[in-house]
Amino acid sequence: MLKVSNLSVNYGDTPVVKQLNLALDRDEIMMLVGPTGCGKTTILQALAGLIPITEGEINLGSWSATATKMVPPEKRNVGMVFQDFALFPHLTVEQNVCFRLKNTELADHWLKLLGLEGLRRAKPANLSGGQKQRVALARTLAHEPAFVLLDEPLSNLDAALKDSLRWEIRNALKTAGVPAIWVTHDQEEALSVGDRVGILNRGRLEQIADPETCFAEPANRFVARFLGEASFLPGQLQGQDVLTELGNVPGKAMDCASGQVELLLRPDDLSLVAETDKGNAVVDWVRYEGGSKLYCVTLDSGHSLRVRVSHEQHSKPGERVSIAITTNHPLAAFAQQADIAG
Amino acid sequence: MSRWPRSYLPALLIALLALAPIGVLFALASDSLALFDSHNLRVLTNTLLLLVLTMLGATLIGVPLALLTAYVQLPWPRLWLILLAAPLALPSYIGAFTLYAAFGPGGEIENLLGLPTPTMDGLWGAALVMSLYTYPFVMMTTRASLLSLDASLVNAARTLGMSLIACLWWVVLPRVFTGIAAGALLAALYALSDFGTPAIMQLDTFTRVIFVEYNAFGLGQAAMLSLQLMVIVGLVLFMESRVKGSTERPGRQLTLWPARWQTSLMLLSAMPVVLLAIVLPLTIFFAWLIREGTGGFEWQFAWNSAHASLLAALVAVILAVPVALAAIAGPFGRLLERITYLGFGVPGIVMGTALVYLGLQLPFLYQTLALLVLAYVMRFLPLAVGTVRSTAERLDPSMVKAARLLGASPAEAFRRITLPLTMRGMVAGAALVFLEAMRELPATLMLGPTGFETLATYLWRVYEAGYFGRAAVPGLLLILISAVGLALMLSGERRAEFALTEDHRR
Repeated sequence: MLKVSNLSVNYGDTPVVKQLNLALDRDEIMMLVGPTGCGKTTILQALAGLIPITEGEINLGSWSATATKMVPPEKRNVGMVFQDFALFPHLTVEQNVCFRLKNTELADHWLKLLGLEGLRRAKPANLSGGQKQRVALARTLAHEPAFVLLDEPLSNLDAALKDSLRWEIRNALKTAGVPAIWVTHDQEEALSVGDRVGILNRGRLEQIADPETCFAEPANRFVARFLGEASFLPGQLQGQDVLTELGNVPGKAMDCASGQVELLLRPDDLSLVAETDKGNAVVDWVRYEGGSKLYCVTLDSGHSLRVRVSHEQHSKPGERVSIAITTNHPLAAFAQQADIAG
Repeated sequence: MSRWPRSYLPALLIALLALAPIGVLFALASDSLALFDSHNLRVLTNTLLLLVLTMLGATLIGVPLALLTAYVQLPWPRLWLILLAAPLALPSYIGAFTLYAAFGPGGEIENLLGLPTPTMDGLWGAALVMSLYTYPFVMMTTRASLLSLDASLVNAARTLGMSLIACLWWVVLPRVFTGIAAGALLAALYALSDFGTPAIMQLDTFTRVIFVEYNAFGLGQAAMLSLQLMVIVGLVLFMESRVKGSTERPGRQLTLWPARWQTSLMLLSAMPVVLLAIVLPLTIFFAWLIREGTGGFEWQFAWNSAHASLLAALVAVILAVPVALAAIAGPFGRLLERITYLGFGVPGIVMGTALVYLGLQLPFLYQTLALLVLAYVMRFLPLAVGTVRSTAERLDPSMVKAARLLGASPAEAFRRITLPLTMRGMVAGAALVFLEAMRELPATLMLGPTGFETLATYLWRVYEAGYFGRAAVPGLLLILISAVGLALMLSGERRAEFALTEDHRR
């Protein structure tokens, strides 16, 4: 089982990863997500032994690496799927997958399972992006790693391919029964495929939990904003309830908030009804999304909210609407003006 | 991370070695008497005139041919491109020798066809030969710029009512100015450092005068002249480094479909260039071969050439690997690489002067093959570094990481991934050095051990002695070697094009 404690990585004097702690369960897929430059790729390279670490320990049971005790990558029994696939251009698909295998049985298994049977003799240059990624995955899994690292495996692929390949990779990892750390900058990808999601910001792990918790009960405003559309509405926290201008709703205090709080409202937590001159808000703009419409409205109190409704709603900018909170689960409440940038 | 890359130390030593000839020249020239006199002024004037005329001639021939090969749909386009680029591969002394022998009263043209022709020598003869053998530089650099231009500007100008010729002049050429300038400066560099052409045309440029001084045991004076030549070379190199590449975004290229008679006319007007630069030397050498046979030629000469060049190629590639790796590793390594490129700018005659002096100081080196091989290596190392570096650079660093993560040790990753992926560049680099060394004239003349005759030096002796007919076999062999070199370069270019289209498809 992989256990990372107090891992820090510096580039020169610049800290890139700060005090990271995580443990990977048996056959668990952990997503690491965060904006560009948050240190997620650096974490993978540190775990793989491709860059030296500054502080902390990486422990797999069979080996343990610290700042002073480097374990070379080939001794770590780790698999890595690279963003640019890193297939050896002078070798065929089969030779790539069998790179260091004495027994090719497992290679055959993965080639078959990932639909690469017909491409055994092809050279990487003649493969499509999706095929390359499947070969890279087959090569990694055939070498029976103790854990797998995936470095934005889908970022070089078309949008249509991303969706299906995402599930193909997840199923393959689950079939192999190996734990994996999967790095991405796509929050939708992170929430949908991961067993657990870790959100990184400037080298620090802001929250690590199952996708539902991260989305509904984010540890702070940065996590709230990063994982999806987020509006904040002020209110008064009293016991289990929050008193707001849209009525009383169940609330859950995050980061020890009390008294004056701001409530996290996702676009799906709200409803919107067209009014002629009553109502409590005015439409600012509307975006058609196909199956739904996203509205931005300004409440009469001056607060701005975003609401997602069915595409059958036809209110136009400038028209009056009434907004209500429709969810029953407790909403996350943050201390007022705690942090602006997150 | 801040560890000193392993390739830096050998690269540093090689860079110091590359600097050595300049240092030697300074030491040697310091006890020379005359810094500059009226004779020098004449030499300087001749050199600069040849330089300017070559740039002019190469541009006048090269730019129209670039337009022709880049934009006009020709039958067998590849054949025309090879034919028109071929003079680049021939050593210009071959051209100078045959043109000198062909023209004038009693020349081969008069002998064979009975046509009286003017004598071809001096400044105009040298300028013509230089232009004929350096215009491909301008053609290739201009063509590359032309191909990267987006056609939409020309199309826009034409829909606004501008004629095609006016478009080419006002819309296309101003945008490829840097390409033309880069090619013209390369031609200038060639004209400055070439020894054979001015020597055969009897024009007193720096290179010829340095050789005269060397033969008259005026090594100090030769060193002083060498340094003066290096100043001009340095200026041209500086200008070349200032010429910035095009910043335009590449787009779809322009294609012209002229009528058949127009195409024929254009190709016909390119014919004199091909005739003079390629057909004439071949004809003259074959005529001599038929008339005089292989008299005087020994296969030992060819073997000597091959032997020395093969050694040079091997050493150059071995030295190129650490330099190329250092250049990739970091900025200091890039600086070291730049320094080794110095040898390419040092004319052969200057390198010869410096190493002759070095040989006199180090008796164990004097008159040995090792000294000649050293000269070849120092001059042509950049060719090997360039090819090794470009293949090593294209090697994605995640390849080696991927191999390591699959369980391969560093040694296994090097053997199974890095080596096979860079081998092609090493072989290509060795071949380029080999072919260049085979044709090298001035340094071989100065440094070859006594009695060590190569193809190039034998050609020179034949010229000096006036037995022109004996040049047939070495001349034809040198042309053959050049053709192999050209084929190699072009196949490299095709691979590069292929790699490019592969990238586009991704």
